[in-house]
Amino acid sequence: MRVLLFAALRDAAGPNVEVSLPAGATVRELRAELARVLPAGLLARSAIAVNHEYADDARELSAADEVAVIPPVSGG
Amino acid sequence: MVRLTRDAIDFAALTESARHPHCGAVALFLGTVRDLTGEHVTVFLDYDAYGPMAEKKLAEIEADVRHRWPVREVLMVHRLGRLAVGDVSVAVVVSSPHRAEAFDALRFAVDALKELVPIWKKENGPDGTGEWVHQSAKPGAT
Repeated sequence: MRVLLFAALRDAAGPNVEVSLPAGATVRELRAELARVLPAGLLARSAIAVNHEYADDARELSAADEVAVIPPVSGG
Repeated sequence: MVRLTRDAIDFAALTESARHPHCGAVALFLGTVRDLTGEHVTVFLDYDAYGPMAEKKLAEIEADVRHRWPVREVLMVHRLGRLAVGDVSVAVVVSSPHRAEAFDALRFAVDALKELVPIWKKENGPDGTGEWVHQSAKPGAT
């Protein structure tokens, strides 16, 4: 699964990362995989978005989902 | 109406477009690039966004404002790319029959934008270094 990155996470690891997850994996399992390749402190303070909506850790993922890591925002 | 743009925001035209005979109040908020954050000097900012999600979140905020207050227009425009000190990064305009709901709805819209919309700024200093601003709480956690 390809996961989109932004801002400081993009500077750290590029515009996206590929992670391997079993079918039916949740956002919680995704976070565990992402922790191998992203700065842990900022990842812990980031949200996960699935199909342009903030998702909680129990959300199940499917292969067709558009998934992104959303670090603390600073627009305005 | 919500929009992301890489061009300068014509906030005068935006404000004018919110005026209406039924509206006795038009409230405008401008976010502008500040040169000092504490002792930290900013020369320019870079704004980036997760475009499709940012536009969706802005549209949801507009819908939420319309659900809560009897407003005529809710206009939210955020600029992306490189901005110099003094440039307008965001403009929000609300028009309504009376001033109380215009003030309340405007504040709600700006606060929600800063909390929920996936846009980020990078502060670039005079020494050539830049840092993304990630100081707020985890987005969408409430």
